[in-house]
Amino acid sequence: MPLWLIVLIKSAILLFIVVTSFAYAMLAERKVMGWMQLRPGPNRVGPWGLMQPAADAAKLILKEDLAPRTADPLLYRLAPFVSLLTAFSVYAIIPFDVTSAGTWSIGNVNAGVLFLLAITSLGVYGISLGGWASGSKFPLLGSVRSTAQMISYELGMGLALAGVLLVAGTTSLDGIVSAQRDLWFFIPQFVAFVVYVVTAIAETNRVPFDLVEAETELVAGFHTEYSGLRFGLFFIAEYVNMLTVSCIASLLFFGGWNAPFGWTWLPGIVWFLLKVAAFMFFYIWLRATLPRFRYDRLMAFGWKVLLPIATLNVVVTAVVIALKG
Amino acid sequence: MSAIFWVPAIVLVASAVWTVTASKPVYSVVALLLNFVALAVLFLTLSAEFLAMIQLIVYSGAILVLFLFVIALLSSGVAPLSLGPNRLPRIVAPAAICVAVALGLVLAGVATSHGIPAPPRAAYANAGSAGMPGVFGSVGDFGKALFTTYLLPFEVTALILMVAVIGTIVLAGDETPYVASRRRAEQNRKAMREAIAREGD
Repeated sequence: MPLWLIVLIKSAILLFIVVTSFAYAMLAERKVMGWMQLRPGPNRVGPWGLMQPAADAAKLILKEDLAPRTADPLLYRLAPFVSLLTAFSVYAIIPFDVTSAGTWSIGNVNAGVLFLLAITSLGVYGISLGGWASGSKFPLLGSVRSTAQMISYELGMGLALAGVLLVAGTTSLDGIVSAQRDLWFFIPQFVAFVVYVVTAIAETNRVPFDLVEAETELVAGFHTEYSGLRFGLFFIAEYVNMLTVSCIASLLFFGGWNAPFGWTWLPGIVWFLLKVAAFMFFYIWLRATLPRFRYDRLMAFGWKVLLPIATLNVVVTAVVIALKG
Repeated sequence: MSAIFWVPAIVLVASAVWTVTASKPVYSVVALLLNFVALAVLFLTLSAEFLAMIQLIVYSGAILVLFLFVIALLSSGVAPLSLGPNRLPRIVAPAAICVAVALGLVLAGVATSHGIPAPPRAAYANAGSAGMPGVFGSVGDFGKALFTTYLLPFEVTALILMVAVIGTIVLAGDETPYVASRRRAEQNRKAMREAIAREGD
């Protein structure tokens, strides 16, 4: 089979898996948050509400696609696709398992971690263009906030990942995972792990960093004017980004497909998916627990706390590695 | 030369033209974003993967976002930027010709003195082990060159950027508007309390 056909088939399968996991991540979020708040959550469509994602999708597709008269016609229509494209294209390089047949991934890039950072740094365009192109004030405020927030937290995230790269001595994702065969990196790089988790939540604009939407102040933030399928695209992008940062966390800090305690009776891909699911649960748990940051505290926290800690972590890690070898 | 070169190259030139001819500043930013992405793809075909990623992270992910930030704040209405008194259009054609001639001379000079370098063939497919030094364009190779051969220019650039950062802090002052307004409110409350205390006497 030619290479492009293999890549096409792999991409189609992975796209299907990612979209399905988006649908059930959304349902899981509503269910888990419901139980945490002592209510049942969606339970009308299908057994235990399991068909709810299909009903939601049908609703979003059938809704009218509106655009304000003041909206920029080109960018208003383009922005959701930019969000979706950057959210999905990360999966081109994420490895899921290594077996005797090779690495389970679409493409194996040497500069894998850098590619991740590059693509996530492009993710801000969907939100900021969408908010600007809506041509009304709440979306504009939401998009300006998101731009400032995502730039600020990207620095901390990059530095946190730099610590992991130093310990692993490689920038390829499967190299980093195989470097964690004996010791998962959240132990030697605990500071980097904490910084990464906080910045990842901020990058995906989730509670307590969801100032981009902040329905109590900005109606719905950058997607106030979007309806129907275009709103759905932003929605998909948000959840896919959550999945992405969970995948990165388990690849870089929790040993990816390496089994804990030598429990290899489950295949590596199952361990990887379990770790991703645990992170997704952590996300939902946070949303049900924490209130929203105030905007100035958010910026101060990013620049005056996270960034210095991450920088110090890189310096200390580099010195320790230089002294060791 | 294959599609992997021609497609990004055409996108690169077209988006550069769009950047300077766009009617709205935000369109220019989008065109420039397209330009940077196409340039990163071209870097990848030359197996300079580290440069390609840094091109995306620094230029598209940070600098251009700030452009968008400023433009979104300044032109929040979507009316096209009106043309002010501007003599630029009259010198565009001669300037373009001059630049084209200059670039042509430089290219001709490089080509005659060094010969046109052949791009490394399928360099990406047989690149060595991940990120290790010795692989052309890899992270290790790039870092080694940066911190040995080009150490002085690298440090001077870092110093210049540092000066710019310090200058920004000096210009912006040490008080954010929020802190200043909190301080004023506190002073007002204090004055109010004192006035009430005086009334009581």
